[in-house]
Amino acid sequence: MKKTKNLLTAGRRDYLISFGIVILAFAVVQTMILTGNITSSLKGQLVPICAYIVMAVSLNLTVGILGELSLGHAGFMSVGAFAGIVVTTSLADVIPFAPLRLALAMIVGGLLAAVAGVIIGVPVLRLKGDYLAIVTLAFGEIIKNIVNVLYIGRDAKGLHVSLLEPKFELAEGGKMIINGPMGVSGVAKLSTFTSGFVLILITLFLVLNLIHSRTGRAIMSVRDNSIAAESVGISVTRYKLLAFVISAAFAGMAGTLYAMNFSTVTAAKFDFNTSILVLVFVVLGGLGNIWGSIIAATLLTVLPELLRAVRDYRMLIYAILLIAMMLFNNSKLKVRLMEKRAAKRDSKLNKEAD
Amino acid sequence: MTFLSYLISGISLGSVYAIIALGYTMVYGIAKMLNFAHGDVIMVGAYISFCATSYLGLSPLVSVVLAILVCTVLGIVIERLAYKPLRQAPALAVLITAIGVSYFLQNAALLIWKSDPKTFSAVAGGSIKLFGGELTISAVTIVTVVSCIVIMVGLTLFTGHTKMGTAMRAVSEDKGAAQLMGINVNTTISVTFAIGSGLAAIAGVLLCSAYPTLMPTTGSMPGIKAFTAAVFGGIGSIPGAMLGGILLGVIEIFSKAYISTQLSDAIVFAVLIVVLLVKPDGLLGKHVSEKV
Repeated sequence: MKKTKNLLTAGRRDYLISFGIVILAFAVVQTMILTGNITSSLKGQLVPICAYIVMAVSLNLTVGILGELSLGHAGFMSVGAFAGIVVTTSLADVIPFAPLRLALAMIVGGLLAAVAGVIIGVPVLRLKGDYLAIVTLAFGEIIKNIVNVLYIGRDAKGLHVSLLEPKFELAEGGKMIINGPMGVSGVAKLSTFTSGFVLILITLFLVLNLIHSRTGRAIMSVRDNSIAAESVGISVTRYKLLAFVISAAFAGMAGTLYAMNFSTVTAAKFDFNTSILVLVFVVLGGLGNIWGSIIAATLLTVLPELLRAVRDYRMLIYAILLIAMMLFNNSKLKVRLMEKRAAKRDSKLNKEAD
Repeated sequence: MTFLSYLISGISLGSVYAIIALGYTMVYGIAKMLNFAHGDVIMVGAYISFCATSYLGLSPLVSVVLAILVCTVLGIVIERLAYKPLRQAPALAVLITAIGVSYFLQNAALLIWKSDPKTFSAVAGGSIKLFGGELTISAVTIVTVVSCIVIMVGLTLFTGHTKMGTAMRAVSEDKGAAQLMGINVNTTISVTFAIGSGLAAIAGVLLCSAYPTLMPTTGSMPGIKAFTAAVFGGIGSIPGAMLGGILLGVIEIFSKAYISTQLSDAIVFAVLIVVLLVKPDGLLGKHVSEKV
């Protein structure tokens, strides 16, 4: 009984901290915008930060909660991004209300990314450890390559799709939406900081609920010991696939949000490096720690901007900081600090008990 | 005849992948880590060789030796500073640190050598014409394939017949037991990194001799592909890395020649996926059954 109570409070603390950070950050940034205390470069980073937070939270579901390393998360982002662009461009005349169009694009982007997640997940999740990681990497590269040779155009007759070269002739008034390696240009910038904020809230609500539900505990049991989980009747494949597909769907939505913030988008933007970047957020924030992902994603996206003063050296410093943080995280110094803190808390608790 | 020439250039590219993959596979076998910075050591090796020939006017052979020396030292330094403190840490922490090292090397190279591409001059010039001039094999191709075979044979003999090689196999089998048998695990891991990085320098010079554009990001894509090759052949296995690398090179050149240049990477990765689904431990990997 005591154990379940602890679990519940742990869950509640997760909710409080995660939502607290996000809402507070939103309020602070909004005040900064209203009072004009924000640099234009930081303002330009707001939507990407939101997208990266959603990416990090969703990847944390695969890496932290399910315990499988994925190196191709940007592939799902790419699917969501380009699906979203096709939807918003096609519906531009039908639905003039931008937020609704964006929401619809996100839903379609998320669904398509989920479909990609199923297609990739079914074969991939049969593999283990590093082999699984390399296959997700391979799928990420394949998605990038395919989008790179994808041509989608639209005219009065509807959508035209072809691979490798534009094999269709657009009728009068038609428009090329995705133009192969040139990607997309002239995207209507529908994403706003508020829409990013709403997407984060929805993601957090769904992901935290999932983690602290029966399903979430089943997924974690698969991570901790798949054989033990299977022996108590948990379908390992089903829960693995479930977590993977949900993670892919959120990545798709983040992709739509991200793409709608830039006027030009190319497939090369969602490459291996982007996958790695998001993985860095997740690991630095702490595996399975949702609010850790939020903080890491925000700080590491802003960091290069903050280092602007040292210009040429900023990425070098970024790399050194990254190595230093990983070394500190696993050092004896940190263990000692944590022990000290735990001892302090214990003595405080003992005092209260007296 | 065009088929034969494609096959030869495939084997040549594959040999480069194989040399890089050997470095990946050895480090993985012993330290159980994916050394993402390996691709960037290739780039450093190529730059050192480039500087030695263009600025110092040294002969190509001396420049290669210099590149090997610098990369070997670099490999040992990276291992000591970044990876050794994380010996007990979870695998993902080491992976992220390796990514940090990779960023560091790329950006340091960007500061030192700037972003404009350098044109690398091949270490060996000339070519041989066969079948009355219908088939041309460049000297670089021959040097690449020969050095790949020499390295492969050398490494097999080294791991099979020397004391250090035996120690390496013991450490990769069981670190704790190896230590109990009096093997210095730290030295063994350092030597592995040294060998892997030295091989990376050779691979860098050979790669840039065949594809002469040299940039700070030159190493990353071949690095990823070689890593794929190592997994393809069964990671941890030396003949596997060799086979995986050469197959990958041949598949890449053939799909570029006969299917589509733009989709060649997708095809390479698709083949990898299919192979792993059929043989989940790679072509020559050992299957380790799970103990309950």
